[in-house]
Amino acid sequence: MRRARARLALAAAALAAGVVLAQERAIPPGELKSGSVFLGSDLRALQNDDFANPGMLWVERGERLWSELAGKKTLACASCHKDTSMRGVAASYPKIDKASGKLVNLEDRINLCRTGRMDAEPLRYESEELLALTAYVARQSLGLPIATRIDGAARAHFEAGRAAYHLRRGQMNLSCAHCHDAQWGKRLLSETISQGHPNAYPAYRMEWQTIGSLQRRIRACLSGIRAEMLPYGSPEYLDLELYLAWRAQGLPIETPGVRR
Amino acid sequence: MAARIQIPRQAKRGEVIEVRILIQHPMETGYRHDDVGHLIKRNVITVLSCRYNGVEVFRADLSSGISANPYVQFYTVAQASGDLEFTWIDDEGERGSERQSIVVKG
Repeated sequence: MRRARARLALAAAALAAGVVLAQERAIPPGELKSGSVFLGSDLRALQNDDFANPGMLWVERGERLWSELAGKKTLACASCHKDTSMRGVAASYPKIDKASGKLVNLEDRINLCRTGRMDAEPLRYESEELLALTAYVARQSLGLPIATRIDGAARAHFEAGRAAYHLRRGQMNLSCAHCHDAQWGKRLLSETISQGHPNAYPAYRMEWQTIGSLQRRIRACLSGIRAEMLPYGSPEYLDLELYLAWRAQGLPIETPGVRR
Repeated sequence: MAARIQIPRQAKRGEVIEVRILIQHPMETGYRHDDVGHLIKRNVITVLSCRYNGVEVFRADLSSGISANPYVQFYTVAQASGDLEFTWIDDEGERGSERQSIVVKG
Protein backbone atom coordinates (compact mmCIF):
# COMPACT_ATOMS: atom_id res chain seq x y z
CA MET A 1 0.00 0.00 0.00
CA ARG A 2 2.73 2.37 1.06
CA ARG A 3 4.78 1.39 -1.95
CA ALA A 4 1.83 1.99 -4.27
CA ARG A 5 1.27 5.41 -2.74
CA ALA A 6 4.95 6.26 -3.15
CA ARG A 7 4.76 5.18 -6.75
CA LEU A 8 1.69 7.35 -7.26
CA ALA A 9 3.46 10.35 -5.71
CA LEU A 10 6.42 9.73 -7.97
CA ALA A 11 4.20 9.55 -11.00
CA ALA A 12 2.47 12.78 -9.98
CA ALA A 13 5.83 14.49 -9.53
CA ALA A 14 6.98 13.29 -12.93
CA LEU A 15 3.73 14.51 -14.46
CA ALA A 16 4.15 17.92 -12.79
CA ALA A 17 7.70 18.15 -14.06
CA GLY A 18 6.46 17.24 -17.52
CA VAL A 19 3.82 19.94 -17.37
CA VAL A 20 6.37 22.51 -16.24
CA LEU A 21 8.70 21.50 -19.07
CA ALA A 22 5.87 21.69 -21.58
CA GLN A 23 4.92 25.13 -20.31
CA GLU A 24 8.50 26.28 -20.71
CA ARG A 25 8.17 25.81 -24.42
CA ALA A 26 7.02 28.94 -26.22
CA ILE A 27 6.48 26.85 -29.35
CA PRO A 28 4.81 23.49 -28.63
CA PRO A 29 6.34 20.47 -30.43
CA GLY A 30 3.37 20.22 -32.79
CA GLU A 31 3.95 23.72 -34.10
CA LEU A 32 7.70 23.45 -34.72
CA LYS A 33 8.60 24.60 -38.22
CA SER A 34 12.02 24.24 -39.78
CA GLY A 35 13.53 27.34 -41.39
CA SER A 36 12.97 25.73 -44.79
CA VAL A 37 9.20 26.16 -44.31
CA PHE A 38 9.70 29.94 -44.42
CA LEU A 39 11.67 29.84 -47.68
CA GLY A 40 10.37 30.34 -51.18
CA SER A 41 9.68 27.18 -53.15
CA ASP A 42 12.80 27.78 -55.29
CA LEU A 43 15.21 27.74 -52.35
CA ARG A 44 13.42 24.79 -50.77
CA ALA A 45 13.81 22.89 -54.04
CA LEU A 46 17.50 23.83 -54.16
CA GLN A 47 18.03 22.51 -50.63
CA ASN A 48 16.29 19.23 -51.42
CA ASP A 49 18.26 18.70 -54.63
CA ASP A 50 21.24 16.57 -53.57
CA PHE A 51 23.19 17.64 -56.61
CA ALA A 52 22.46 21.35 -56.98
CA ASN A 53 22.51 22.19 -53.25
CA PRO A 54 25.72 24.26 -53.13
CA GLY A 55 26.38 23.14 -49.54
CA MET A 56 27.12 19.67 -50.94
CA LEU A 57 30.42 21.04 -52.29
CA TRP A 58 31.54 21.30 -48.65
CA VAL A 59 30.06 17.94 -47.72
CA GLU A 60 32.14 16.36 -50.50
CA ARG A 61 35.24 18.19 -49.34
CA GLY A 62 34.55 16.98 -45.80
CA GLU A 63 34.33 13.43 -47.09
CA ARG A 64 37.81 13.77 -48.63
CA LEU A 65 39.20 15.41 -45.45
CA TRP A 66 37.76 12.56 -43.37
CA SER A 67 40.43 10.19 -44.68
CA GLU A 68 43.25 12.73 -45.04
CA LEU A 69 46.18 12.05 -42.71
CA ALA A 70 47.10 14.86 -40.34
CA GLY A 71 49.13 15.62 -37.22
CA LYS A 72 52.25 14.13 -35.65
CA LYS A 73 50.64 10.71 -35.37
CA THR A 74 49.68 10.76 -39.07
CA LEU A 75 46.14 9.72 -38.41
CA ALA A 76 42.93 10.56 -40.23
CA CYS A 77 39.41 10.66 -38.81
CA ALA A 78 38.84 7.43 -40.73
CA SER A 79 41.81 5.73 -38.98
CA CYS A 80 39.74 5.42 -35.77
CA HIS A 81 36.19 5.71 -37.12
CA LYS A 82 36.74 2.81 -39.52
CA ASP A 83 33.45 1.10 -40.03
CA THR A 84 31.42 3.26 -37.73
CA SER A 85 28.91 5.54 -39.35
CA MET A 86 28.51 9.03 -37.93
CA ARG A 87 24.75 8.75 -38.42
CA GLY A 88 22.90 10.20 -35.46
CA VAL A 89 25.97 11.85 -33.95
CA ALA A 90 25.15 15.42 -34.99
CA ALA A 91 21.63 15.09 -33.57
CA SER A 92 22.97 14.77 -30.03
CA TYR A 93 25.17 17.90 -30.03
CA PRO A 94 25.90 20.17 -28.20
CA LYS A 95 26.70 17.72 -25.41
CA ILE A 96 28.95 17.37 -22.39
CA ASP A 97 32.41 16.04 -23.22
CA LYS A 98 32.98 13.23 -20.74
CA ALA A 99 36.73 13.77 -20.44
CA SER A 100 36.70 17.48 -19.67
CA GLY A 101 33.15 17.91 -18.37
CA LYS A 102 32.73 20.87 -20.73
CA LEU A 103 29.90 21.55 -23.14
CA VAL A 104 31.07 21.06 -26.73
CA ASN A 105 29.45 21.39 -30.14
CA LEU A 106 30.25 19.34 -33.23
CA GLU A 107 33.02 21.72 -34.32
CA ASP A 108 34.64 21.45 -30.88
CA ARG A 109 34.35 17.67 -30.96
CA ILE A 110 36.20 17.52 -34.30
CA ASN A 111 38.93 19.77 -32.92
CA LEU A 112 39.12 17.75 -29.67
CA CYS A 113 39.77 14.66 -31.78
CA ARG A 114 42.44 16.53 -33.73
CA THR A 115 44.29 17.89 -30.70
CA GLY A 116 43.72 14.96 -28.35
CA ARG A 117 43.98 11.89 -30.57
CA MET A 118 45.71 12.97 -33.78
CA ASP A 119 48.18 15.44 -32.24
CA ALA A 120 47.21 17.89 -34.96
CA GLU A 121 46.55 21.62 -34.92
CA PRO A 122 42.91 22.48 -34.23
CA LEU A 123 41.09 23.87 -37.26
CA ARG A 124 40.22 27.56 -37.07
CA TYR A 125 36.57 28.32 -36.36
CA GLU A 126 34.71 29.11 -39.58
CA SER A 127 37.62 27.82 -41.70
CA GLU A 128 36.67 26.00 -44.90
CA GLU A 129 38.10 22.75 -43.52
CA LEU A 130 36.16 22.83 -40.25
CA LEU A 131 32.94 23.78 -42.03
CA ALA A 132 33.48 20.96 -44.53
CA LEU A 133 34.10 18.31 -41.85
CA THR A 134 31.19 19.52 -39.73
CA ALA A 135 28.85 19.54 -42.71
CA TYR A 136 30.02 16.05 -43.72
CA VAL A 137 29.39 14.61 -40.26
CA ALA A 138 26.07 16.40 -39.83
CA ARG A 139 24.85 15.34 -43.30
CA GLN A 140 24.96 11.72 -42.13
CA SER A 141 22.19 12.51 -39.66
CA LEU A 142 19.93 13.80 -42.44
CA GLY A 143 16.29 13.36 -41.44
CA LEU A 144 17.01 12.29 -37.86
CA PRO A 145 15.32 14.32 -35.11
CA ILE A 146 17.40 16.59 -32.91
CA ALA A 147 17.80 14.79 -29.57
CA THR A 148 20.07 16.71 -27.22
CA ARG A 149 20.12 16.08 -23.49
CA ILE A 150 19.79 18.81 -20.90
CA ASP A 151 20.12 16.71 -17.76
CA GLY A 152 23.11 16.36 -15.45
CA ALA A 153 26.02 18.69 -16.11
CA ALA A 154 24.24 20.09 -19.19
CA ARG A 155 21.45 21.56 -17.06
CA ALA A 156 23.43 24.63 -15.95
CA HIS A 157 24.42 25.34 -19.57
CA PHE A 158 20.81 24.95 -20.62
CA GLU A 159 19.66 27.48 -18.02
CA ALA A 160 22.42 29.89 -19.08
CA GLY A 161 21.37 29.40 -22.70
CA ARG A 162 17.76 30.11 -21.88
CA ALA A 163 18.80 33.29 -20.06
CA ALA A 164 20.92 34.33 -23.05
CA TYR A 165 17.97 33.67 -25.37
CA HIS A 166 15.68 35.92 -23.34
CA LEU A 167 18.23 38.67 -22.64
CA ARG A 168 17.47 42.03 -24.28
CA ARG A 169 20.52 43.21 -26.20
CA GLY A 170 21.92 45.93 -28.40
CA GLN A 171 20.61 49.27 -29.56
CA MET A 172 17.28 47.72 -30.53
CA ASN A 173 16.89 46.23 -27.07
CA LEU A 174 15.56 42.95 -28.42
CA SER A 175 15.98 39.39 -27.22
CA CYS A 176 15.88 36.31 -29.47
CA ALA A 177 12.40 35.56 -28.09
CA HIS A 178 10.95 38.86 -29.30
CA CYS A 179 11.26 37.75 -32.92
CA HIS A 180 11.56 33.97 -32.93
CA ASP A 181 8.98 33.11 -30.22
CA ALA A 182 6.56 36.03 -30.44
CA GLN A 183 6.62 37.14 -34.09
CA TRP A 184 7.53 34.13 -36.21
CA GLY A 185 5.58 33.83 -39.43
CA LYS A 186 5.20 37.61 -39.72
CA ARG A 187 7.07 39.84 -42.13
CA LEU A 188 10.20 41.81 -41.34
CA LEU A 189 10.64 43.99 -44.43
CA SER A 190 10.78 41.47 -47.28
CA GLU A 191 11.54 38.47 -45.09
CA THR A 192 9.38 36.10 -43.09
CA ILE A 193 10.62 35.71 -39.53
CA SER A 194 11.51 32.07 -38.86
CA GLN A 195 11.33 30.21 -35.58
CA GLY A 196 15.12 30.29 -35.38
CA HIS A 197 15.94 26.60 -35.36
CA PRO A 198 19.49 25.21 -35.71
CA ASN A 199 18.61 22.01 -37.59
CA ALA A 200 20.11 22.96 -40.99
CA TYR A 201 23.56 24.13 -39.93
CA PRO A 202 26.19 24.42 -41.26
CA ALA A 203 23.95 25.98 -43.92
CA TYR A 204 24.52 27.73 -47.23
CA ARG A 205 23.18 31.25 -47.06
CA MET A 206 22.46 33.30 -50.16
CA GLU A 207 23.46 36.44 -48.27
CA TRP A 208 26.88 34.96 -47.50
CA GLN A 209 27.26 33.24 -50.87
CA THR A 210 28.90 30.44 -48.92
CA ILE A 211 28.36 27.96 -46.14
CA GLY A 212 28.50 29.09 -42.49
CA SER A 213 28.18 27.74 -38.98
CA LEU A 214 25.33 28.25 -36.53
CA GLN A 215 27.51 30.69 -34.63
CA ARG A 216 27.95 32.78 -37.76
CA ARG A 217 24.17 32.83 -38.12
CA ILE A 218 23.74 33.89 -34.48
CA ARG A 219 26.28 36.65 -35.08
CA ALA A 220 24.23 37.82 -38.05
CA CYS A 221 21.18 38.12 -35.78
CA LEU A 222 23.24 40.01 -33.16
CA SER A 223 24.50 42.38 -35.83
CA GLY A 224 20.91 42.85 -37.04
CA ILE A 225 19.72 44.03 -33.66
CA ARG A 226 22.91 46.10 -33.32
CA ALA A 227 24.25 44.12 -30.40
CA GLU A 228 27.85 43.23 -29.64
CA MET A 229 29.06 40.12 -31.44
CA LEU A 230 31.07 37.77 -29.26
CA PRO A 231 34.11 36.03 -30.74
CA TYR A 232 33.65 32.60 -32.32
CA GLY A 233 33.76 29.78 -29.81
CA SER A 234 32.58 31.86 -26.82
CA PRO A 235 30.93 29.77 -24.09
CA GLU A 236 27.81 31.95 -24.35
CA TYR A 237 27.25 30.77 -27.93
CA LEU A 238 27.55 27.16 -26.79
CA ASP A 239 24.94 27.62 -24.06
CA LEU A 240 22.67 29.28 -26.58
CA GLU A 241 23.26 26.47 -29.08
CA LEU A 242 22.16 23.97 -26.45
CA TYR A 243 19.01 25.94 -25.69
CA LEU A 244 18.24 26.27 -29.41
CA ALA A 245 18.69 22.52 -29.87
CA TRP A 246 16.29 21.84 -26.99
CA ARG A 247 13.77 24.29 -28.48
CA ALA A 248 13.99 22.41 -31.78
CA GLN A 249 13.83 18.96 -30.16
CA GLY A 250 12.33 16.56 -32.70
CA LEU A 251 12.93 18.62 -35.83
CA PRO A 252 14.77 16.60 -38.50
CA ILE A 253 18.34 17.56 -39.44
CA GLU A 254 18.60 19.17 -42.91
CA THR A 255 22.34 19.89 -43.18
CA PRO A 256 23.48 21.46 -45.43
CA GLY A 257 20.42 23.70 -45.43
CA VAL A 258 19.91 26.48 -47.95
CA ARG A 259 18.77 29.76 -46.44
CA ARG A 260 18.24 33.34 -47.58
CA MET B 1 38.51 24.43 -57.89
CA ALA B 2 36.16 21.65 -57.04
CA ALA B 3 33.18 20.88 -59.20
CA ARG B 4 30.38 18.37 -59.41
CA ILE B 5 29.02 17.02 -62.68
CA GLN B 6 25.85 15.03 -63.13
CA ILE B 7 24.97 13.19 -66.34
CA PRO B 8 23.28 9.83 -66.87
CA ARG B 9 25.78 6.93 -66.79
CA GLN B 10 23.95 5.30 -69.67
CA ALA B 11 21.72 6.59 -72.46
CA LYS B 12 20.19 5.43 -75.73
CA ARG B 13 21.59 6.87 -78.95
CA GLY B 14 19.63 9.99 -79.89
CA GLU B 15 18.25 10.45 -76.39
CA VAL B 16 18.17 13.97 -74.97
CA ILE B 17 20.20 13.98 -71.77
CA GLU B 18 20.33 16.48 -68.95
CA VAL B 19 23.79 17.78 -68.04
CA ARG B 20 24.38 19.61 -64.76
CA ILE B 21 27.50 21.19 -63.32
CA LEU B 22 28.16 22.97 -60.03
CA ILE B 23 31.52 24.73 -59.69
CA GLN B 24 32.98 26.00 -56.43
CA HIS B 25 34.06 29.58 -57.14
CA PRO B 26 33.66 32.87 -55.19
CA MET B 27 32.56 34.84 -58.31
CA GLU B 28 33.90 38.01 -56.72
CA THR B 29 32.08 40.92 -58.35
CA GLY B 30 34.76 43.58 -57.94
CA TYR B 31 32.28 45.87 -56.22
CA ARG B 32 32.79 44.65 -52.65
CA HIS B 33 35.14 46.05 -50.03
CA ASP B 34 37.03 44.11 -47.39
CA ASP B 35 36.99 44.82 -43.64
CA VAL B 36 39.51 47.66 -43.95
CA GLY B 37 37.86 49.33 -46.93
CA HIS B 38 39.98 48.05 -49.78
CA LEU B 39 38.22 47.08 -52.98
CA ILE B 40 38.26 43.32 -53.54
CA LYS B 41 39.50 42.59 -57.04
CA ARG B 42 37.00 41.16 -59.48
CA ASN B 43 37.44 37.44 -60.04
CA VAL B 44 34.70 35.62 -61.88
CA ILE B 45 34.63 32.66 -64.22
CA THR B 46 34.47 34.22 -67.66
CA VAL B 47 34.12 31.22 -69.94
CA LEU B 48 32.63 27.80 -69.28
CA SER B 49 32.75 25.28 -72.08
CA CYS B 50 31.75 21.64 -72.48
CA ARG B 51 33.19 19.28 -75.06
CA TYR B 52 31.57 15.97 -75.90
CA ASN B 53 34.20 13.66 -77.36
CA GLY B 54 36.23 16.71 -78.34
CA VAL B 55 33.36 18.61 -79.97
CA GLU B 56 32.10 21.70 -78.20
CA VAL B 57 28.41 21.26 -77.37
CA PHE B 58 27.98 24.10 -74.88
CA ARG B 59 29.65 27.40 -74.10
CA ALA B 60 28.65 30.15 -71.69
CA ASP B 61 30.15 33.58 -71.07
CA LEU B 62 29.60 34.17 -67.36
CA SER B 63 29.91 37.57 -65.73
CA SER B 64 29.75 39.23 -62.32
CA GLY B 65 25.95 38.92 -62.31
CA ILE B 66 26.21 35.19 -61.68
CA SER B 67 26.20 34.14 -58.02
CA ALA B 68 29.03 32.35 -56.24
CA ASN B 69 29.37 28.61 -56.90
CA PRO B 70 27.62 28.79 -60.28
CA TYR B 71 25.23 26.03 -61.24
CA VAL B 72 24.59 25.43 -64.94
CA GLN B 73 22.17 23.00 -66.52
CA PHE B 74 21.63 22.24 -70.20
CA TYR B 75 20.57 19.45 -72.54
CA THR B 76 22.43 17.66 -75.27
CA VAL B 77 21.87 14.61 -77.47
CA ALA B 78 23.59 11.35 -76.60
CA GLN B 79 25.54 10.43 -79.72
CA ALA B 80 28.36 8.08 -78.80
CA SER B 81 30.04 6.62 -75.75
CA GLY B 82 32.80 8.79 -74.40
CA ASP B 83 33.57 11.78 -72.21
CA LEU B 84 31.97 15.09 -71.49
CA GLU B 85 34.76 17.45 -70.51
CA PHE B 86 34.14 20.80 -68.88
CA THR B 87 36.76 23.53 -68.84
CA TRP B 88 36.55 27.00 -67.37
CA ILE B 89 38.80 29.97 -66.74
CA ASP B 90 38.50 32.89 -64.34
CA ASP B 91 39.78 36.50 -64.33
CA GLU B 92 42.95 35.47 -62.54
CA GLY B 93 43.71 33.01 -65.31
CA GLU B 94 43.11 29.97 -63.17
CA ARG B 95 41.78 27.08 -65.18
CA GLY B 96 39.62 24.26 -64.00
CA SER B 97 38.42 21.11 -65.68
CA GLU B 98 36.37 18.08 -64.86
CA ARG B 99 35.18 15.15 -66.93
CA GLN B 100 32.59 12.42 -66.75
CA SER B 101 32.01 9.47 -69.06
CA ILE B 102 28.80 8.17 -70.58
CA VAL B 103 27.92 4.86 -72.20
CA VAL B 104 25.63 5.19 -75.23
CA LYS B 105 23.78 2.11 -76.45
CA GLY B 106 21.82 1.37 -79.60
